Amino acid sequence: MASLIRCPHCGPRPREEFTIRGAALKRPAPDASEDAWFAYVYLRDNPRGPHEEHWHHNGGCRRWLTVARDTATHAVSCVQDAGAS
Amino acid sequence: MTSYRLPAGGRVARGESLGFHFDGRPYAGHPGDTLASALLANGVRLMGRSFKYHRPRGVLTAGSAEPNALVTIGEGGRREPNARATMVELSDGLIATSQNRWPSLALDLGAVNGLLSPFLAAGFYYKTFMGPARAWERLYEPLIRRAAGLGRAGEDSDPDAYEKTWAHCDLLIVGAGPAGLAAALTAARAGAETILVDEGAEPGGALLYETALIGGKSTDETLADMLAELAALPNCRLLSRTTALAWYDDDVFAAVERVRKAPGGPAERLWRIVAKRALLATGAEERPLVFGGNDRPGVMLAEAGLTYARRYGVAVGRRVAVFTAHEGGLRTAKALAASGVEIVETLDARRGARVVSASGGRGLVDCEIEDGGRRRRLQVDALLMSGGYAPRIHLACQRGGRPRWSEAHSAFLPPDDGLPFVCATTLADALDEGAARGAALVGEIGRKAAPAAFGAIDGDWTPSTDKPLWRVPGSRGKAFVDFQNDVQADDIALAAREGYDHVELAKRYTTNGMATDQGKLSNLNAIGLLAEARGVSPAEVGATTFRPFYTPVSFGALAGPHRGPHFQPVRRSPLDGWARRRGAVFVEAGLWMRASYFPRAGETHWRETVNREALAVRGDVGLCDVSTLGKIEIVGPDAGLLLDRVYCNGFAKLPVGRARYGLMLREDGFIFDDGTTSRLDDQRYVMTTTTAAAADVLRHLEFCTQVHWPELKVRVVSVTDSWAQMALAGPRSRALLQAICDADLSNQAFPHMSARAVTLLGWRVAARLFRLSYSGELAYEIATPAGEGELVAEALCAAGASPYGLEAMGVLRIEKGHVTHNEINGTVTPGDLGMGRMVSSTKADFIGRRMLAREGLQAPDRPRLVGLLPFAPQAPLRAGAHVLREGDEARLENDQGHITSSCYSPHLNSHIALTLVTRGEARHGETVQVWNALKNEYARARIVAPVFVDPAQERLHG
Repeated sequence: MASLIRCPHCGPRPREEFTIRGAALKRPAPDASEDAWFAYVYLRDNPRGPHEEHWHHNGGCRRWLTVARDTATHAVSCVQDAGAS
Repeated sequence: MTSYRLPAGGRVARGESLGFHFDGRPYAGHPGDTLASALLANGVRLMGRSFKYHRPRGVLTAGSAEPNALVTIGEGGRREPNARATMVELSDGLIATSQNRWPSLALDLGAVNGLLSPFLAAGFYYKTFMGPARAWERLYEPLIRRAAGLGRAGEDSDPDAYEKTWAHCDLLIVGAGPAGLAAALTAARAGAETILVDEGAEPGGALLYETALIGGKSTDETLADMLAELAALPNCRLLSRTTALAWYDDDVFAAVERVRKAPGGPAERLWRIVAKRALLATGAEERPLVFGGNDRPGVMLAEAGLTYARRYGVAVGRRVAVFTAHEGGLRTAKALAASGVEIVETLDARRGARVVSASGGRGLVDCEIEDGGRRRRLQVDALLMSGGYAPRIHLACQRGGRPRWSEAHSAFLPPDDGLPFVCATTLADALDEGAARGAALVGEIGRKAAPAAFGAIDGDWTPSTDKPLWRVPGSRGKAFVDFQNDVQADDIALAAREGYDHVELAKRYTTNGMATDQGKLSNLNAIGLLAEARGVSPAEVGATTFRPFYTPVSFGALAGPHRGPHFQPVRRSPLDGWARRRGAVFVEAGLWMRASYFPRAGETHWRETVNREALAVRGDVGLCDVSTLGKIEIVGPDAGLLLDRVYCNGFAKLPVGRARYGLMLREDGFIFDDGTTSRLDDQRYVMTTTTAAAADVLRHLEFCTQVHWPELKVRVVSVTDSWAQMALAGPRSRALLQAICDADLSNQAFPHMSARAVTLLGWRVAARLFRLSYSGELAYEIATPAGEGELVAEALCAAGASPYGLEAMGVLRIEKGHVTHNEINGTVTPGDLGMGRMVSSTKADFIGRRMLAREGLQAPDRPRLVGLLPFAPQAPLRAGAHVLREGDEARLENDQGHITSSCYSPHLNSHIALTLVTRGEARHGETVQVWNALKNEYARARIVAPVFVDPAQERLHG
């Protein structure tokens, strides 16, 4: 996994400053189907390759970030504020 | 002068003497020596016993790959096992002890294992110790562990300090040999921030013992010039005694520096180096030859022999033979002879002259030579062998790439050509490539650099293009491939015969490469032998995986300063001093130190104290520190909307000046946390969380405001550390508080669940006052700026409030059936705790709404919160004990639930408990059994409502 995360607010910082929540999923609408809610709460892909996750810069700016990384090569292609996406 | 020290030469300070002990005997050496060179100078060849067969062993190398000469250094807390004698710098008073021998190094009874070797071949574990399974733990493992082994770890606490640090640079160069130095000069001259690390005590690598002339100058002169120039460049940092251990993603490296001792300074420093570019100039390892007795003390690598002669001024023997399988070995032999070492014969395997066995008990005595079909014996006390060179690719492969076999080098090279790695076969190459790589790398980050030039090389290395010799033909006796793990050539062949011919399987079957040296010298020979056995190229066999660390690391370096009282931070409440002055007994709660109870003179048991404290609250007035509760301010026009969405009950209509209890769910419908939130003014709320979940709740709110609903105009911020907070509880609390408070505290002006700003102590303290009750009594929570908390607490105590701690608070809340994280255990819903009616049915959305509606979370047979009263009031009910119907056996299918919290209630004079019981709310009055599985004890108890004191809530509103 990447050693440094380029936080859009703080610059490159060691990964120990961050916590990973998991896949960057969009919360379904309140009236979405039962299946959509079940998938959101419980079902996760485990991709080999590009993957988007929510990371929290809890040891820095305390912003939630969307980190796009490749699980096979560890390359981080994009880090942006989760609110901006 | 000692007998093996050459009359002249070497970089040791001959004018100065250092005394040291090895196995209790005193010796002397010089500054600049290693333990290995000093022992060799004293004629000591036997330095250790091998792992499995207890074979006598001496040094094989002069560097960090040393598999044989492992010793224990130091005593007491500074005792360090498995130190490589070749890397231990000699210091005055050094104490070294040999390992894995009994009773002594010279007479080791464990050597009987050597006679048993036919039974101890590869895979003997699996073949011999088949069963019974019980015997593993009791018999085989203790036996094997005693018989085979390395040094013993120290048991005393290490008195030395260790530290960690970060460094950032443009270019990190690993290895300060000719290539690394050339790269560093190139980069540093161009102004790049350059860090050059080297594991040796002295930088220089091959320049420390090389005979070639560079631009007409000796390597000693060249090295001195290079180091002087680097030292004068402020943008270059040279770290010697610093091993680059690991190469992580994003060019972050870990390195450990063995710091020269200074009073109060650290023993080791763990560096994390962030490099914009990195260059691996890690050099090459010489390959041993595989023949019978190649592990006898006195048999060593040719370049090690040259290093001892030229760097340390030590002859490795009086009659020395060189045995080589490639052209380069002949050059080493000449260099040795030129340095004053007596070379009696040079055997060139390519021309049919081979050593087929080396013999001698505690040290080499003679060799059996096969030369042009004739056998003869050659008396020597040292035999220097060279099978060729293999680049050190360990670091280069740590990020997952598979090394590639190069036929031209007879070695594995790094995974791809793009990797910044110097692979040089001559000194000229090393200097040129180092300089060129250095220039190119700093060029990539926008610095123009001219590659450093050093002039022509006179007497350069001879590139070897010879085919590798994996095993000496006609070899007799034990021929070792992996010296540290005692793996022989026959073991590799056996693994291949028995089907373990995949490189990763052969490694585990034979344990080749699994010792602490990770096969630095053995892997290539093992792969070659495996390839031969399979009849394929080493390219097809492939290499095993390289992982951090490059060499063993002390736990001290990894722990750094984080040990003892600094293992983790300690959080102290703003009221810590107030509690201490009252003799509080503290308990760790997460990182917090919380006052548990306040014993008084004459009290003999903690429960006596807790009973008194709880009775004082219900009968008079008590003061408790609740500063550790999480406090989060929520500010903005949409603050109420946010609260409405994160709590399952309604908050949008909470009036200014009022507080409300809220239940926060997870998205899966289970309870996450609870607490009260008060509305201080139109757009400002303050939320309290439980102590344990404070950080998680803040993170959750941040996720909600930043990711789910970024459109909400609201900000959240933790103010936990800004406020001291105390609970004043009991019938006399209003009277006490009114005396120091400016506001009207009557029931009409300030009823239960009110919140407002007040001033205390005659305008001295601006505080927030909440009328909340966890104890069930008339009670207030007072929040003051952190620095003024003690002032207020002292004033209230002076007026008669008695301090109570976490234990009494627990008793009071269990008596009232108030829940905490004992009950909110991640598997309970609001309905389970009897709070189902709180859940809003009108809100369109809140976190957890959809999943809470699932059938399973609404099922009627879910566990529900009830109270338990034992028939024997003085018999404790234990949290975790299970509830069974009367007469039922203690089996899973009979389980009715479990006790979540229990205590002794001084008001009921009985033990009581809160319990989650299937359909509990419909079973009040039922008699059940409580089974404590830990002690297999049964007790009878009655299910009751989960409120033991004042169910009508009259005291609360008093």
